[in-house]
Amino acid sequence: MTETKMIKAKINDIPVEVPAGTTILDAARKIHVNIPTLCKHPDLNATAGCGICIVKVKGSNKLLRSCCTDISEGMEVTTHDSEIIQVRKTVLELILSNHPDDCLHCGRNTNCELQNLAAHFVIRGVPFHTYKNSLPKDFSTGNIVLVPNKCILCGRCVDVCQNIQNVWALNFVGRGISTRIAPAGDILLADSPCVRCGQCAAHCPTGAIVEYDNTYDVWHALHDKDKYCIVQIAPAVRVAIGEAFGYEPGELLTNKLYAVLKKLGFKTVFDTNFSADVTIIEEATEFVSRFTTGGTLPLITSCCPSWVDFMEKYQIDMIDHFSTCKSPQQMMGALTKTYFAEKEGIDPKKIFMVSIMPCTAKKYEISRTKDMSASGIQDTDAVLTTRELSRMIKQSGIDFKNLPGDDPDHIMGDYSGAGTIFAATGGVMEAAIRTAYHYVTGENLKDVNVEAVRGLKGVKEGVIDIKGTKVKVAVAHGLGNVEYVLNKVKEAKLKGEEPPYHFIEVMACPGGCVGGGGQPYGVTDYLRTERAAGIYKDDVDQEIRCSHDNPMIKKLYQEYLGEPGSKKAHHLLHTHYEPKPVYIK
Amino acid sequence: MKEQSNTSFTLSPAVLEYIDKWKDKPGNLIMTLHKVQEEYGYVPRSAALQLTELLDIPLAKIYGVLTFYHLFKLKKPGKYLIQVCIGTACYLNGGEDILQELEHILGIGVNQTTPDELFSIEAVRCIGCCGLSPVMNINGEIFGKLKKEDLAKIIAQYTK
Repeated sequence: MTETKMIKAKINDIPVEVPAGTTILDAARKIHVNIPTLCKHPDLNATAGCGICIVKVKGSNKLLRSCCTDISEGMEVTTHDSEIIQVRKTVLELILSNHPDDCLHCGRNTNCELQNLAAHFVIRGVPFHTYKNSLPKDFSTGNIVLVPNKCILCGRCVDVCQNIQNVWALNFVGRGISTRIAPAGDILLADSPCVRCGQCAAHCPTGAIVEYDNTYDVWHALHDKDKYCIVQIAPAVRVAIGEAFGYEPGELLTNKLYAVLKKLGFKTVFDTNFSADVTIIEEATEFVSRFTTGGTLPLITSCCPSWVDFMEKYQIDMIDHFSTCKSPQQMMGALTKTYFAEKEGIDPKKIFMVSIMPCTAKKYEISRTKDMSASGIQDTDAVLTTRELSRMIKQSGIDFKNLPGDDPDHIMGDYSGAGTIFAATGGVMEAAIRTAYHYVTGENLKDVNVEAVRGLKGVKEGVIDIKGTKVKVAVAHGLGNVEYVLNKVKEAKLKGEEPPYHFIEVMACPGGCVGGGGQPYGVTDYLRTERAAGIYKDDVDQEIRCSHDNPMIKKLYQEYLGEPGSKKAHHLLHTHYEPKPVYIK
Repeated sequence: MKEQSNTSFTLSPAVLEYIDKWKDKPGNLIMTLHKVQEEYGYVPRSAALQLTELLDIPLAKIYGVLTFYHLFKLKKPGKYLIQVCIGTACYLNGGEDILQELEHILGIGVNQTTPDELFSIEAVRCIGCCGLSPVMNINGEIFGKLKKEDLAKIIAQYTK
């Protein structure tokens, strides 16, 4: 390994030593000097779009953009002085000269990077002629809303959509003053390749891309006396919602969430971690069956709806490899309106099933195909993202911080450690390995922690030893990382070789669901790591670490489903996939 | 990763041959788009969709290029393309009035096409014959020293 050259320089007279290739912006952050920027995001490439991050470098008579200027040996940088601050203020005023000032009606009100800077720089008016766009909003997907008038053309959504996710739904269209962010040829987002992952919204600095807010649909249902409202919470929500209430990132708030949902008026509170355990029972059964009987391998996980949508558009030759298992959200919906409804004697038509998800694509999943109405009616009625739930809690006046915790409804609320780790990339794989090992050997793994599939590396590969049988696995997160894994599979297929993997997990969002498109704003690798740490702590805290050991799961199969993979299980818990055109128009 | 188009549109042999030649060269996209426009008079969406497959370039990128350069047309122009010069000389000599009068006669604006698909109007930069200003070009035929009053008669010649 060649040693990276270190660069010595000074920022605001403070000596700094960083590896060659570090930008001035990143070098400054290292010594806790915060240079403001609206376009540069730690996940993404510098586009030099906004001009806020300008700095002075001794010997240069120009102001340089610190996001795309590498620091060099002996450089003397000034990041803040009265002139720089005045220039930044002017740049902000120019940006605001074609930005709507209806902050009070905006999806990012009080949580907007542009609004924050406008506040810090004491903007009290715009001294320039204003030029406001009047482009229409795009509600077509029903989960991601484009508000092009609020776009500052920073390019973050384009970078994440094209380069991190490899989806290519968005690009810059037009030029000059009429440049806008849009799908190819100004079609609706729903007609584009968009997979609804919401990473564009998660990275947008303003209110130009936001989730479709369903909080009032849920309030309406809660108010309806004829409705029996039930809620489920996804694993990733419990380690992220705290960020909206001043907790440290990654703080585990499961019992507080159960309590707050009951306070909001939900009659029954279930946990998606339970149905994640069900998913594992079905998926591990499917894997072991394919592995031992020469079925199509590798098996590929299917609990991420954005990944499913991506595969149906871009990877149609992989359909046979997909697990037919529905996602935990949909399994919970179907079981609530059948198993639970029958047990409690509730008319399933009266049940209003809400799920709290870290995800915008989950809103799309609930009506993805007819299979999502396995109970005879739509199994899940509404989806709220973590962000929407935090708003609902704030609307309700509940003092979340001082609220004592509560328990879920045990019948579909108790979960194993395997269920909770679904939230982090590699979690589904790890959970499935724990149960597949048991199915093959009749024993539990001595050490259930499968470190090889954890962490933020884009593609993780590992070999799991099931008493002498080697199972090759791969985990990819961020859709842009899928191609590498699938190309290896396709290559082997073409050459007639053994598949390079037996089991593949894919999550669309970087970091998995903890970094989902519906999570609190400001996601970075730091937050992804902290949230995942909270999840792995939850796993360790559970007495039961494997899905097949969860007594409530055993009860579900004994009382209702029969064997894993039974006809009833297939009807309620499995689905199918169809090729789709990348562009509808 | 290939994007599949769902149309039955097929590019003409001339364009396909051209793509074959340019496929692996840098700048293939813009060259191919020029060729498509030369062939069809504009770049139909179905052609762009097919290019995504043939060149393995996402449609979003193709439209990024198509909408960046004013030269590319996304809508089918009329049978007669009327280009009115609004370069400096023509502008000073009343090019703007010519444009307005044409819009009035044809009932369409700049960059629009009449419903019968006969005429389109474009405002263009200097076409190099300032001595004839104000000037317009209809499918290669130049009309110079124009007066507003002449226009109805000229248009009438093309509607016969």
